[in-house]
Amino acid sequence: MDSENKKQPQDSLYGNDDSKDETTCSSKSSPTMAASSVRERSPSPEGPPPPLPPRPNTLSLLDEGASSSRTLRQSTQSVLQSRATTAVSLTDIASHDGGKESHPARNLPGTLRAKASLSHLASPRGSDTADSASIRSSVPQTDVGEVENVFSDFVMTESGPMQHDSTGLLQFPEFQADDVDDDFTEEFEPVGDVGDEGENEVLENWKSKRKHYLILSAAGKPIWTRHGDGGLISTYIGVIQTIISFYEDSQDRLNSFTAGDTKFVIVAKGPLYLVAISRILESETQLKLQLEALYMQILSTLTLPSLTHLFSVRPSTDLKRPLQGSETLLSTLADSFTKGSPSTLLSALECLKIRKAHRQTINNALLKTRTNSLLYGLVVAGGRLVSVVRPKKHSLHPGDLQLIFNMVFEAEAVKAGGGESWIPVCLPGFNSSGYLYMYVSFVDLREDAGNVADDTATKEESVAVILISTDKERFFELQEMRNSFIEQLEKDGSLKIMKEAIDKGRPKTTDIVPGTVLHHFLYKSRGNVQFTMSCYEPDFSSVSRRRRLMSTYNNLHASIHAKHAHVRVHHCVSQSSTSLAWVTPVFQLYCVAGPNANRNALAHSASKIVQWVQQEEERLFIIGGAVF
Amino acid sequence: MSEATSTNTPKPSSSVKLVLLGEAAVGKSSLVLRFVNNDFQENKEPTIGAAFLTQKCSLPTRTIKFEIWDTAGQERFASLAPMYYRNAQAALVVYDVTKPSSLTKAKHWVAELQRQASPGIVIALVGNKLDLTNDGNEASGEPQVDGEQQPPAATADEDDAAGEPQEEQDATPGDARKVSTREASSYADEEGLLFFETSAKTGVNVVEVFTAIANAIPESSLKSGRGAGAGTGQTTLGGGRPAEDSRVNLGDRSTATAKEGCAC
Repeated sequence: MDSENKKQPQDSLYGNDDSKDETTCSSKSSPTMAASSVRERSPSPEGPPPPLPPRPNTLSLLDEGASSSRTLRQSTQSVLQSRATTAVSLTDIASHDGGKESHPARNLPGTLRAKASLSHLASPRGSDTADSASIRSSVPQTDVGEVENVFSDFVMTESGPMQHDSTGLLQFPEFQADDVDDDFTEEFEPVGDVGDEGENEVLENWKSKRKHYLILSAAGKPIWTRHGDGGLISTYIGVIQTIISFYEDSQDRLNSFTAGDTKFVIVAKGPLYLVAISRILESETQLKLQLEALYMQILSTLTLPSLTHLFSVRPSTDLKRPLQGSETLLSTLADSFTKGSPSTLLSALECLKIRKAHRQTINNALLKTRTNSLLYGLVVAGGRLVSVVRPKKHSLHPGDLQLIFNMVFEAEAVKAGGGESWIPVCLPGFNSSGYLYMYVSFVDLREDAGNVADDTATKEESVAVILISTDKERFFELQEMRNSFIEQLEKDGSLKIMKEAIDKGRPKTTDIVPGTVLHHFLYKSRGNVQFTMSCYEPDFSSVSRRRRLMSTYNNLHASIHAKHAHVRVHHCVSQSSTSLAWVTPVFQLYCVAGPNANRNALAHSASKIVQWVQQEEERLFIIGGAVF
Repeated sequence: MSEATSTNTPKPSSSVKLVLLGEAAVGKSSLVLRFVNNDFQENKEPTIGAAFLTQKCSLPTRTIKFEIWDTAGQERFASLAPMYYRNAQAALVVYDVTKPSSLTKAKHWVAELQRQASPGIVIALVGNKLDLTNDGNEASGEPQVDGEQQPPAATADEDDAAGEPQEEQDATPGDARKVSTREASSYADEEGLLFFETSAKTGVNVVEVFTAIANAIPESSLKSGRGAGAGTGQTTLGGGRPAEDSRVNLGDRSTATAKEGCAC
């Protein structure tokens, strides 16, 4: 599980630092205590983490507060993957994934706590003392000086030989359990037919997959699997159903279990069981989110009442038939999780970076050409939101948008015809009980004219106009709106601006901070429920490298979001990379540098990135959007 | 672009609304893609909802602009079909010559159109995937053996029983045909339908279907000019029965109910 042995050299290298940290902490007053939460993964010199000390009363109060806010959150999340977005209309939006961030500072020196979950992650320890120090990191408009204060221990404890080269970034499997070698693309190949190849061979192919998703009915009927057909895996479905119902019968719901390096996560949703089986480094929470997204896709196809009805009439219903034709949507969604989706990890959206005034122009064009039957209007460039128009009282949910983007950009079905589409779709975050009707057409930016795009435009380049109505008869009205909207965009040069922004792509980390050690970052603005990131090239161009990058992020994300870990800054060193997570009520920053990257340089770059994002905030994110 | 594209001489131009219906995976979208873009994609993903495309077709005396609704074949979309065929002047009902159940489904669609669509609607019955049969290959002249060697397809469709008249299967080894030309064509004659066997993959007969439809539309039902076409389009989707039952109730999220859109 943990690659302790492999990390020995680094660990011993940092061993000195570590003990130094200890002394620094104990001898200093609270403001510099941040160091105890800024800690690399170095279990070796100290052995296993110390047992939990009895908690002071204040602390347990604190924890109760934290866990109750967590439960609240989970209860909303059981309906929705995440709360509304672009939303801007929700006043409480900043608090909803805050929960544990908003606690007052406590000064409880010396209280170390090991984390409950993800024990294999070499126990990144969060200290309560960190709270007092990191409260400062929650101030959004930090200037450089303050930021450096937060990381001051880096400066003070930096010692020993530091190599600055970043060669070999994620060249080794980051986690043994997650050893994605360069044939990772085979993960997405079909397992083959029993008829063509031998059954054993097909079964071997099936078993070699690192990630499986299975959906079955409570009665044990297979509904959908990412790999292999029903016949091939029916025995496994039977085993899983037996295990699940064994626990169901004893009123003790099974959520997850681990076998060797394989994690099994189960989500029960009404008459359905969704199961994820993963040998990739993902936490239970992350896998749960993925399963919930798959469930949302099923609702999006059927609506909740119709799903409930089917099973209430006949518990042994075979759902395969009503879902016929939507399997590819489930598969592309599942594959995006397996490849690694920052959007799902962060439950946030990405926007196309353009000037605020330019976005305003597009917003105005949407508002100007809006017809009465329009509910939502979206302009999306290869999965990145360009503009949104929505009614004042309705916001959009990231989960819903994820389903739409998956349908429009990942699954070829909509785009392939080259025409316009009219699609009944249920957006469960908006309303799980009925259909909305979605007009989709692609815009070809490569010619000046707003023609319908042909198939050769790549996914990143294609721009879709998505107009959603509650009325299934309004196709032609929305078609007209689309035409006058595109005409308007042409007139005021917005199409050209979009094309330039798309061609420019995401920035490199070195464009933002010249000479930085950082190779990639993710930045989530919590208030806007949006994120931005640097481009994958050149380090993470291949699918397998990108997968390793995402595993690193998964690891960071899990560590910082682990229950009761009030961690603000988390620094993680491994054989092939150095990574940092920094969380405040305003933002979450995750970044990755090469192995042996200087901690000080890493922290410095991180704060530069944060500064840059804050400068560019109104270009990177849609703030407000067009509301009618 | 298709060779049917017009045109150098100004001819009277009229719009024809055409809808494609048929079981899932018989090749409706592929036929349209061949007709509109002269293109073919292997393993095309299933259509979701419906796609709207246009293509012109030049006849000696006039130009026909087809406004095509390519509908999804899955059953859960079936309840939306009336919206698309309601004012259509032409319909292409497609089946797969290698799948008898798809002809049964096609017959159901023909019956529904005859019952519910505009009285003058021109219906063409189209057997697609001719490339999978010997007729579609070079071997079309081979002697035909009455086939008992074709096992009935394993299908998940309850309707299958009715669609299995295989007495005169023209099957030779390597021939996947399961619906004989004679069977389908005699049915088409009975019902007064145009009949074609096509291959969207090779392009055989595809343009011919659309041209035949264009020719079969009675002069009287053609409104001249583009405006009229748009007008009928508006009424088709705009008029019709009240859609309240299918709408999401924006006022009250808790009581909104889903009715339409799922046939199950």
